[in-house]
Amino acid sequence: MTDPTTTEPRTDTGLSGLEIRGLRVAFDGFTAVDGVDLDVGPGDLRFLIGPNGAGKTTLVDAVTGLVKAEGSVRFGGEDILGRSVHRIARSGIGRTFQTATVFEELTVLQNLDIAAGAGRGTLTMLRRRKGVPESVARALETVGLTDLAGSLAGTLAHGRKQWLEIGMLLVQDVRLLLLDEPVAGMSHDERQATGELLRRISRERTVVVIEHDMDFMRSFARSVSVLHAGKVLSEGTVTEVQADPKVQEVYLGHAATEGTTTGVPRPTAAQEA
Amino acid sequence: MTTTTPQVPSVKQLRSPKGRLTFLRPAAGFAAAAVALFAVAPLALSDFRLGLLAKYLCTAMVAVGICLAWGRGGLLTLGQGVFFGLGGYAMAMHLKIADAGPGQVPDFMQLYGTATELPWWWRPFANPVFALAATVLLPMAVAAILGSFVFRRRVKGAYFAILSQALAAAFAIWLVGQQATTGGTNGLTDIQGFFGYDLDDPVNQRMVYFVIATVLLLLIALARQLIHSRYGELLVAVRDSEERVRFLGYNPANVKLVAYVVAAGMAGLAGALFVPAVGIISPALIGIVPSIELVIGAAVGGRASLVGAVLGAIAVAWARTALSEEFPAAWTYFQGLLFIVALAFLPGGLASLVGIVRRRRASRAPEGEAA
Repeated sequence: MTDPTTTEPRTDTGLSGLEIRGLRVAFDGFTAVDGVDLDVGPGDLRFLIGPNGAGKTTLVDAVTGLVKAEGSVRFGGEDILGRSVHRIARSGIGRTFQTATVFEELTVLQNLDIAAGAGRGTLTMLRRRKGVPESVARALETVGLTDLAGSLAGTLAHGRKQWLEIGMLLVQDVRLLLLDEPVAGMSHDERQATGELLRRISRERTVVVIEHDMDFMRSFARSVSVLHAGKVLSEGTVTEVQADPKVQEVYLGHAATEGTTTGVPRPTAAQEA
Repeated sequence: MTTTTPQVPSVKQLRSPKGRLTFLRPAAGFAAAAVALFAVAPLALSDFRLGLLAKYLCTAMVAVGICLAWGRGGLLTLGQGVFFGLGGYAMAMHLKIADAGPGQVPDFMQLYGTATELPWWWRPFANPVFALAATVLLPMAVAAILGSFVFRRRVKGAYFAILSQALAAAFAIWLVGQQATTGGTNGLTDIQGFFGYDLDDPVNQRMVYFVIATVLLLLIALARQLIHSRYGELLVAVRDSEERVRFLGYNPANVKLVAYVVAAGMAGLAGALFVPAVGIISPALIGIVPSIELVIGAAVGGRASLVGAVLGAIAVAWARTALSEEFPAAWTYFQGLLFIVALAFLPGGLASLVGIVRRRRASRAPEGEAA
């Protein structure tokens, strides 16, 4: 069930960048991503913003193998486009979803242990888990869930589920994290904590965040790409992007003139209880 | 994340507060089951009833596999009769050849007058080692081929259930059509001996019962190990969110395949042991209706719980005998009702009642008692 060549967890978290060229995704005549060129440098904390339907999530879906796409996606020197989802995951790319998807009937510890184990051999799989693997303990500490390790993931509050998901990516030891609206539905303090967590993570890994929350973006983005109608509209630092008249026209200006305290309400915020 | 020294929570901390008790419980459970199966039942039951219990225990073996594949893996295996049948026929073919004696063909082949020598695909089953291995390996091989095809193509949910059920129907129909070599509707009947032991002798029947009880306990132990292993945790993860597992770098098809193949092997072994216990294997025992019956037992008892699935299978098999003696026509309706009620109102089966009661008590405890 497992590939013997990857039995050992990677120890070199060598930084790798993402290089996307001419990416196109079309569903039944509708082109969701229309020739995107995107470079995310190693160790970047890149925010992908853009109005609804700009193609942000579809872009991430294409990179992670969930939808078929044309063009090229290179990561760590390999062309990964066209590989199956689990192979792309094994090449060091991890993602989260807009609604937190953790294994609700398993404990926090079990969730993390599974995330750590894609390279485990058959014998290890058939034995019980004894104790807590070191990478799991470290991730528990990093995302602040050590005290809740024994709780069922389904009982966690929404924000903590998102943290657990990030923790799962950490033990999975991915070199590129693609996070789809990680702070949606979080309180102000939780957003702050998440932002700082992402900052720390991006020292050792490359992080791409899809976000609607402009305050959050302004506080934590190292660089920003604005997507609009399936294309990259603008790219640069927060200041550069905000100064771009094209961006102000379609998106940012509108949001920036609205109150700056709570961010833009999103449909996902209504889904959690 | 690099500055903080990781505090590894001790194992004890992460276990339930009743850590030591939960460790002892399975051992106590196995001991109780062993006493019940090896001491109480043989003393309390007549030879006839003990024979029936042996039959029910075979059903329970299938339920162990169903608990793994369906309860833990989410694979609604509505066609376990196929694997039960493969195991049963493999065993029965050997026993029929052995009954006929060297150079002879089994009685039914003589009766239909066509065959004077064994068909080619019967011949390997004359070898007891081959036949015994085939009872388990044949179902596993079929499940592996079928499963890798089905799971890679991401056939799941109701489609998987319908597919496995169709397979059960097809297999039963095929057997009926091959009367000259499989005994057709009658199946392989009137089996006399079991590796040199005369099955008419009550002592030997008891021996068969003990073999069955032992194998059942071994299968439960095996399934328990699988369920509590890392693989078992992963299997639940696949059941609950297959897509997420894929993004973690696993291929869920392989994870499901293991559960399916193991469940098939268990069903095959159950079928093989059913033959000496009952003396017959026939298409009526392995088609759609018996396949569903196998699942109902696990559903009523609790598909995710080994104890629940096993006891449920035994109870439903017993109820079938008891009720169909009294009301032969009503049993089928009763059975259907049981399945619907269990799935609609108690999806975790009777086993989940324990948890519900415990949780109620736990939520009441803080108010009621201070210490």
